Amino acid sequence: MSDWSAIDRFLHTDPRDVGCEEAMGILHVYVDLAVTDPVEAARRYPGVAAHLRACGPCEQDFEGLLHAVRDPTE
Amino acid sequence: MVVPVNPGVDGSHASPRRLDPESDAWVRSLGGVGAEREAALSRLHGLLLRVARGELRRRAGQLRVEGPEFEDLAHQAADDALLAIVGKLGQFRAESQFTTWAYRFVVFEVSTKVGRHFWRDPEVRMDAEDWDRLPDRFGLAPATQSEWRELMDALRHAVDTELTDHQRQVFVALVLNAVPLDALVARLGTNRNAIYKTMFDARRKLRAALVAGGYLHQDTAGRS
Repeated sequence: MSDWSAIDRFLHTDPRDVGCEEAMGILHVYVDLAVTDPVEAARRYPGVAAHLRACGPCEQDFEGLLHAVRDPTE
Repeated sequence: MVVPVNPGVDGSHASPRRLDPESDAWVRSLGGVGAEREAALSRLHGLLLRVARGELRRRAGQLRVEGPEFEDLAHQAADDALLAIVGKLGQFRAESQFTTWAYRFVVFEVSTKVGRHFWRDPEVRMDAEDWDRLPDRFGLAPATQSEWRELMDALRHAVDTELTDHQRQVFVALVLNAVPLDALVARLGTNRNAIYKTMFDARRKLRAALVAGGYLHQDTAGRS
């Protein structure tokens, strides 16, 4: 059996995924929670967490905002 | 730069939550007048500029700019973010720290500018269809071609038969030609959510076709 996991992951869609607009609309709320408790952030906003796992650009924005909040002087 | 005076700050947009002291100070200063407001604008711009530089450095692999051009992009992002923040100050709901809410604008500005910057490379093509790249996009090695050839053929067939013209265009750009999503957004004059939704629907269709053809099992992907 070949390793088709990359294709399988790519084609998988999570019905909880809220999409870019909704996820980015509350990104500041999610980040303020995630900076101290990422597990709680994902538990409270499962649709945002699902989206960040699937959308590279939004995940990059999430990481960027997390960096900025942790150290804006970076 | 010219920043409009107190746009959007009025009683009808009062925050439904109690502001923390630091956020309260930001909102009061930026919503005020005179020297205090100017000082707050200057201080916020300085913070936004630092975040913009940090973000551009983090995305250096996508951007490949340095020196004056790097600084110019950072300043553009900070300037545009400051204008947006002041314009939407009345929309701040104290659901987060004020600075977290504000930094979000500059992060988004950097994303947009990096996406636009992508098209400065004249070698980049959006519509080329080199299907031989497809296995490589999924990390499939040529040495094991006999194992995945049939799956790749089925995937290509599904792209041709299951997707709408627009879904196919987006698939080709993002997957075959590795165009970044924000760059595609800039090229098509749309928004990230629209492209993501198009691709989301395309992925569902393709997966269903491959499951129906016996190439993938239902719900076999790793879930987290």
